[in-house]
This record gives sequence, C-alpha cells and structure tokens, in this order.
Amino acid sequence: MSVPAFLPRPQLQRVFDALQHLGYRIVGPVARDGALVYEDITSASELPWGVAARQDAGSFRLEAGAGERCFAWANGPQALKPLVFAPVEPLWRMERKGAGFEVRMTQATCRPTAVIGVRACDLAALALQDRHFLGGLHADAHYAGRREDLLLIAVNCTHPAATCFCASTGDGPQVSRGFDLALTELDEGYTVAVGSPPGEKLLALLAPAPATADQLERERAALHRAAAAQTRGLPGRQLRDVLMARLDHPRWQEVAERCLACGNCTAVCPTCFCHAEIESASLDGATSLHLREWDSCFGERHGYIHGKQLRPGTRERYRQWLVHKLATWHDQYGRSGCVGCGRCITWCPAAIDLTEEAAALCAGAA
Amino acid sequence: MSQAKPRIAVHKFASCDGCQLALLNAGEALVELAQLADIAHFAEGGWYAPGEPVDIALVEGSISAPEDAERIRAVRASARYLVTLGACATAGGVQALRNGLARAADWLGEVYASPEFIRSLPDSLPVAAYVPVDLEIHGCPVSTEQVLEAVGDLLRGAVPAPGADPVCTQCKRRNLACVLVNGGQPCLGPVTRSGCGALCPAVGRACYGCYGPAGLVNAAALARRFEALGLGGEDIAGRFLFITPAAEPFRSIGQGYRERGDG
Repeated sequence: MSVPAFLPRPQLQRVFDALQHLGYRIVGPVARDGALVYEDITSASELPWGVAARQDAGSFRLEAGAGERCFAWANGPQALKPLVFAPVEPLWRMERKGAGFEVRMTQATCRPTAVIGVRACDLAALALQDRHFLGGLHADAHYAGRREDLLLIAVNCTHPAATCFCASTGDGPQVSRGFDLALTELDEGYTVAVGSPPGEKLLALLAPAPATADQLERERAALHRAAAAQTRGLPGRQLRDVLMARLDHPRWQEVAERCLACGNCTAVCPTCFCHAEIESASLDGATSLHLREWDSCFGERHGYIHGKQLRPGTRERYRQWLVHKLATWHDQYGRSGCVGCGRCITWCPAAIDLTEEAAALCAGAA
Repeated sequence: MSQAKPRIAVHKFASCDGCQLALLNAGEALVELAQLADIAHFAEGGWYAPGEPVDIALVEGSISAPEDAERIRAVRASARYLVTLGACATAGGVQALRNGLARAADWLGEVYASPEFIRSLPDSLPVAAYVPVDLEIHGCPVSTEQVLEAVGDLLRGAVPAPGADPVCTQCKRRNLACVLVNGGQPCLGPVTRSGCGALCPAVGRACYGCYGPAGLVNAAALARRFEALGLGGEDIAGRFLFITPAAEPFRSIGQGYRERGDG
C-alpha cells in the first residue's frame, strides 16, 4: 500500500463529498441524548466536534473535550453490529395456499454504506461476526448482503476510555486490518492510510498530500500513549482451560448477586450474535412473518428447551455468557470472543466489570 | 375451539378500562376479530351478555370487592380459556397500593362522604389469586398487538407465548440512549417485562415498570443499585410498588424497603 497521506481538518468534508459522489450512504458518530451513536449523516459538521466521553463501570457521560477534534473519545454503545446483524428483521413470509402454504424468502434491504469512525475493536469484532455469519456451511444471506456493501473508514483510537482494554486482547488501539481507509486524528488534521482497493479509489478522489515525517511520528506517539493509558486488562488471551476448570468457583454466585440478568452486556457486545426467531402471524392465520431478533443468553427463552429451563439462575446465565465469551469461543472460532472494547462494563446498569470478574475467577492460575 | 365460530367475552373488574380501550382502539383488527369470532359480551363495545358460555374470556381488572370474588368464579366457570389483561388483573393494579397498610381502612372516611356504601376487600389481588388463569397478558395498559397475537394464537389452537424479556432488550434494539447509564436515572427497565416498545426511555424518562417483573431477572440487585444512586428506602419502595404492587418479586422488595424507610 502507498505511504500515508494527510488531510487538513477543513478538508474532512471532502471525504463526505467523495463518498456521496460514489453513491454511498454515510453512517457516523453523533452526540445524541447524552450518548455517542452511529446514525445516518451527510456532512462532517454533524460529527461530535469538541466532545469527550467519560466512561466507567455503569456510567457514560459526555463532556466538553479539549481542542477541536471530532474523534477524541473511544466508543458509544454500538457501532457496526446493528448495521450488519439487524436488531430485528424478517427472514421469510409464509402464506396459506389451499391445504398447504407457500414460503417466500425476504431480501435484506442493502445499499452501499460507508461507516466513518470505526475503531480497531469494532473491526476485530466484525471479523468475528463474519466468521459466525459467513464462515460456516450456510452463509447468512441477509448479513452477507449488508456486509458486502460496507466501506469502512476506521479511526485509530487516541483517546481510550477508562473501560477500554483492547491493548490487552491485542485488538487495538491501532487498526491493523479489515478497513478501507484508516485515519488518525492530529491537532491539524488526519493522516490517512489505505487498506483496500475501494479505499485507494476513494483516496484518489481526495488527492491529498503525503503525511510528513513529523505527522507520522506524532501519530505513532499518540497510539503508543493510547495503549499505555489503558489500565484495565484480561489476565491473558487464552483463559479457556482455567475457566473451564473453575465452573464451580464461588465467584459465580457473588457476581450473580449483583447481576440483573437484563442482558445489556450482550446487546452492546460487538461479537455477541445470539438471536431468536419468532412468528408474527396475521389474526386470521392466513400469513405469517418469520422474524429474527437479537436475543440474549440472559433472557428467559434462551435457556428454555421443551419443558425445561436449562439456566434457571442468574449464576448460570452470567457463567454461560462469560465462559462462552472467554473460553469456549476458542473452540468455536479459534480465539476469545472479547475484543476489549469495554462496552459490557460501561453499559452494565449494575456496574459489573468483566475484567474484574475474569481476574477474580482466574486468580492464582499459572 | 368447540364451535365453528369461537365465542369471546370481555369482562371488567376493578380497573380504569384502559386495557379494554387497547382492544377497542384496535380499529380494523377489531372488525376482523368480530368476523373470526362471535363477541358474546363486551359491555364497553356494546355487547352485553355476561353469563354466556364462551371459548375465551378476556378479563380486565383486579378482585377488589366481595362481589368481584363471586363474579370471577362465574366467569371462570363460563369460559374454556381465561386470559387476564393488564396490571390490575395480573398484579392487583394501583389499587393494590392499599395492600398491607393498616391505615388503609381510615382512608375510606377521609375520601368518601358516605363511606358506609363502600364495600372493599382488604387487599386488591390479581385474578389468579382466586381462580386458575390460562394466560396472563401484562401491561398498564396492555399492548393491542400482544392481545391480538394471543387471541389469534388461541383461535388457531396454538399456545400463546408472550415474551418475558426486560425493557432493556427493546431499548438496545432501538439504539436508544440508556437513561440509567447515561443519565443516572433510577430506571426499572432492566427488570421490567417489555411490551411497550421502550416507550418512556425513548423520551428520556426512566421506566415506571408498567408491565411488571420480567422473567428470571434479579430485581433485588437493581434495588441495591438504586441505593448506590442515592435513593432512599421510601423512594425505592414507591418505584417497586407503583403499578404492579402485588407482583412478585416487586411486592416483597418494595415492602422490605418500605419497612426500612429512609432512616
């Protein structure tokens, strides 16, 4: 790939113009209702300029940031997951025909979408979602359609939150793959690295000057500081054996006393893929829409099989979530399911800290 | 169903009629329902025949007066399926705020000019405390969609399975900001059954708990979280005992904090 380019801050709008010229819908972060959410935007002016975010276990607060940056924060509750794994979507529609019925598959509504402001943790999570939805024998057509049309403009993370621990999982703060363009925000603008042919095409429209040695040095220093600033971490990247050997650890009961079993951790986790499929029939029973919706291993129906609830207690539910995420994910996908984004910590209404639980559960392990 | 065209009744007990309105407001779907089934009794809709045997009896309201207790037994005897609608019928309703309060008897004299005409049971209780209930549909009021879905299932001979996930599930699917994590509001959403579509959080307001306790959630831990947010015992009690005061575990959690008070 080519040497990194540099885009002065006033020219960020040109990225939007070029994307619109190429026919992309643009999704990016905005400050709304006290949070940072990714939604449709059309101009660089909608980005969260001068905004910072203070995150802690169970708490997220927007603050005024220092300087005129728009990416001086780590993340909000969601980024890419809802764009590829839709929260609710119809998969097929059934209609009675005489004595039988007819099934019509629905098509996912896809249009080329560019997402600006994707972080390293989001890209690592997307790679895991890809493996789940596209990697097996039966690729998910709805997911595939949306995924194919995604152009990812990543931003290297220079302002990790107190809840971030991507350096410990090896997934950030610098993006390494899976992006089309990668920006790093400096005081005067953005270094731009190319990660794919579509990214190269986009950058060609911008025709920027190359980044200077000084700019690249400041980028390197900022990313080094971002990694060093992270105080949380997991006890290791391979916790499978120690966790599987500690399924009866008393800590599971202790965390169950605090856990609400509300499922927020699973909803904001960018790698969680569990879903339920439900029928929504018309009153006369002539037609039925088969829907897929986000589900959670903390929910009542997730652990229910005919006539039996497999995970009746909060202890079993929390354990199911954490052991799958950090242990059996290795068997399924060859790595841990945690990318260190810290969302499950911030957005837990009960302020439960995954890294604290993992440390307590794994304490004393070699 | 027993007949070619199933028969439906809608009964009212101690309630505000809001759940019946959820049915009346169904519009076209109500017309469709009237074609698929005979509506034998639905006083608010204009059909009056309370004693008729039916396939499905939809019951709104709590059992709050001695004659309610008699009437609900007659409704049960007349119906193949008894489905309760809403917070009053499933959890006592706001009128259950009097339950367990010694002072409640004095209120009659304070509120009514001629209290001798008022006949109330000491407690307002859900229908299920008196007769077996086949299905409970929660909410204050119930959602039209959930009622029609359940009635549709019964008409087709399927067992309805209304969801029991918490309101947070809806909030996150709608990508709404979290009023608890973002705003520090004491939101009951994490332990309240969804069905409203996250109505209050969508306008930045903490969940009131209209749909009662969600399935298998840890409501006691949320009450402790409210303590950590600085709420006193009476405030916490007021939240858990507001709309579904007779529903467990909200009832025992709320009573516990009430006894403890703010001291």
